[in-house]
Amino acid sequence: MKATVHVFLKAGVLDVQGKAVESALHGLGWPDVSAVRVGRVIEFDLVAQDAATADAEVEAMCDRLLANTVIESFRVEITP
Amino acid sequence: MKAAVVVFPGSNCDRDCKVAVERSTGARVEMVWHAETALPDDLDLVVLPGGFSYGDYLRCGAMAAQSPVMRAVAAAANDGVAVIGICNGFQILCEAGLLPGALLRNAGLKYICKSVTLDVVNTQTLFTSAFGEQYEAVMTVGNGEGNFFADEATLDRLEGEGQVVFRYQQNPNGSARGIAGVTNAKGNVLGMMPHPDRAFEDDLGGADGALVFRSVFA
Repeated sequence: MKATVHVFLKAGVLDVQGKAVESALHGLGWPDVSAVRVGRVIEFDLVAQDAATADAEVEAMCDRLLANTVIESFRVEITP
Repeated sequence: MKAAVVVFPGSNCDRDCKVAVERSTGARVEMVWHAETALPDDLDLVVLPGGFSYGDYLRCGAMAAQSPVMRAVAAAANDGVAVIGICNGFQILCEAGLLPGALLRNAGLKYICKSVTLDVVNTQTLFTSAFGEQYEAVMTVGNGEGNFFADEATLDRLEGEGQVVFRYQQNPNGSARGIAGVTNAKGNVLGMMPHPDRAFEDDLGGADGALVFRSVFA
């Protein structure tokens, strides 16, 4: 199975990279852009009995290592 | 009087820390490679030095926090041994869950390398008793991710419990409430972004950092 983990700073945490990218996009002529967030995507393969098991394993990996839940939230996608 | 400095792949202030602790306190300092599973016996102090452990991969300090030696560091902290994390060492302690909060990218997105004046907020800690009546300290910062973050409830608790030890007089990086250094609830683990290891003799521009190390052995 393939796991895709999306990690972003939590809503209450100022994303200074997002702000900088947003301001650059405005400068390049896209003034209607707002709420830019810069995050991280982590992909990997894993062997698991079923999608639910894989999802639980990957959630645990996020809690332990892949995300810092003090500042980041994450979303897990499992595909066959 | 015995201290250990943990060396991670990518640490670059490990030798500075060794010399700083030796010259400030006269303690014997052993270097401990991150892959070790045990620390030397009878330690009074463990220092996690600054640098770019594991190339800052994933998040600053995230990989180092999972190093084998960190289980021994956590056990030592639990036993009451003094632990200081400086700069990247602070990031590692937060990632390891030994200190509250996290260090974000500096608000101005720039690496900041300069001298900062700190308020010594609490002189009654294991790490500041040697400051006595001195309520200011000058040290340098050198980091890109030194912007301390914690949620409001945690910040209130840190302030209320006297865990905020150092505060920037002029906040260089957007740190929540200007916090430059905090301890754990028990008071034996300190994390700070400014470098006491770069300010332990007058020839280095100031010796206030030596007081941090001296306090531990007071």
